[in-house]
Amino acid sequence: MSDATAMIVLTDVHKSFGAHHVIRGFSAHVEKGEVVCVIGPSGSGKSTILRCINGLEGYDRGEIEVDGMAVDRADRSIVAIRAKVSMVFQRFNLFPHRTALENVVEGPIYVKKEPREEAVERGRALLARVGLADKEHAYPAALSGGQQQRVAIARALAMQPKAILFDEPTSSLDPELVGEVLAVMRSLAEEGMTMIVVTHEMGFAKEVADRVLFLDQGVIAEAGKARELLTNPRNPRTQDFLRRVLHPL
Amino acid sequence: MQRFLVDAVEFMPILLLGVKLTIMVTVGSLVLSTVLGLVWALMRVSGVRALSGTAIVIVNVIRGIPIIVQLFYIYFVLPEFGITLTALEASIIGLGIAYSAYQSENFRAGIEAIDRGQIEAAHSIGMGWVLTMRRVVLPQAVKIVLPPYGNIMIMMLKDSSQASTITVAELALQGKLIASSTFKNMTVFTLVAALYLAMSIPLILMVGWLEKRFGRK
Repeated sequence: MSDATAMIVLTDVHKSFGAHHVIRGFSAHVEKGEVVCVIGPSGSGKSTILRCINGLEGYDRGEIEVDGMAVDRADRSIVAIRAKVSMVFQRFNLFPHRTALENVVEGPIYVKKEPREEAVERGRALLARVGLADKEHAYPAALSGGQQQRVAIARALAMQPKAILFDEPTSSLDPELVGEVLAVMRSLAEEGMTMIVVTHEMGFAKEVADRVLFLDQGVIAEAGKARELLTNPRNPRTQDFLRRVLHPL
Repeated sequence: MQRFLVDAVEFMPILLLGVKLTIMVTVGSLVLSTVLGLVWALMRVSGVRALSGTAIVIVNVIRGIPIIVQLFYIYFVLPEFGITLTALEASIIGLGIAYSAYQSENFRAGIEAIDRGQIEAAHSIGMGWVLTMRRVVLPQAVKIVLPPYGNIMIMMLKDSSQASTITVAELALQGKLIASSTFKNMTVFTLVAALYLAMSIPLILMVGWLEKRFGRK
């Protein structure tokens, strides 16, 4: 069922927290090199879907496959899957007791067992790439939110993943810092990284995403090409959501 | 005053024998309680129900029985099951086990204070439970755990005197023996108190130093 170009395939995924049925039959597939934005009202299950893909949450029913491997968080294979799909979190989640560079090389050295010099060299290059070459010795507390998130992206890239999941990566940033993070994400997309991005940045979705999924109450209410869906939504719920996001007053 | 000094010089060598045993009991039970406490704490946060349940039972049983009774049990009852220990061994094991419960609760508080998001970040770069503990959780928990740990060390130093109840001739017991044979209560117990205080000061300084060392990052 997974064809050669599919990176992430979800088939009829269901997930409940207690009596709360959050994901009610979610199916989607993401191609290699594709950028998919997931939008939708809060509580619609956007983050939960991402967290199911790399096994931070379990799911109750359905199937999730990453690069041909079934996701089962109870199985040892989950470690290999997490090395293939990195994640960038809303609240950065950097390790506060380690410097920017140490955060970046932690996975390569301790999980992938790369030689330290090699990992450090690549780590420096990644920090330079996200524009933080001069911050390698800084601890997270000394960095702005935008800088922390860029370190977190470098940390995700250091694992040399096949795909990156972004869970509202700019939602806890001051507005003037959003741009620097989105710029890094855009350059990743241009280089062909497979990305699933949960976001409220409609401008970014329109410019960068190949496809947009509108999630409402645990199901995909509408899916389509980014520009089309965002400028000309068909589903009245999508229309209503976009109106409220784009014109909050 | 002169009389006091003369007596002090006479009693000091005997009291120092007691100091030596006090230090052995304290250090031995400190090491044992730290190791056991860490084991209970890690079992408790393991997420495996059988392990965390066992840890809860162990900690509460240990906490619920007076140290002195635990010492009597190990020294006087275990021989009936063929396990005979010297008084020193029994006191180190007894105090070590008794204090492991408090160590464990302290460690657990430190571990649970670490933000859930960091554990998820560790998992998301492929770290398993052991690596997440070793590289992410414990290095940060140490800072949180240190001030109460210093408190526990000082309490253990003083509670090592309970070893006297199973015949370990540590400082408190040596003092009592000298006092009861010379009736120089004031001289003897002043010296005993001063010696305990002298031993606790380096501990207090050490904790301060450790807090500085681990705290600034």
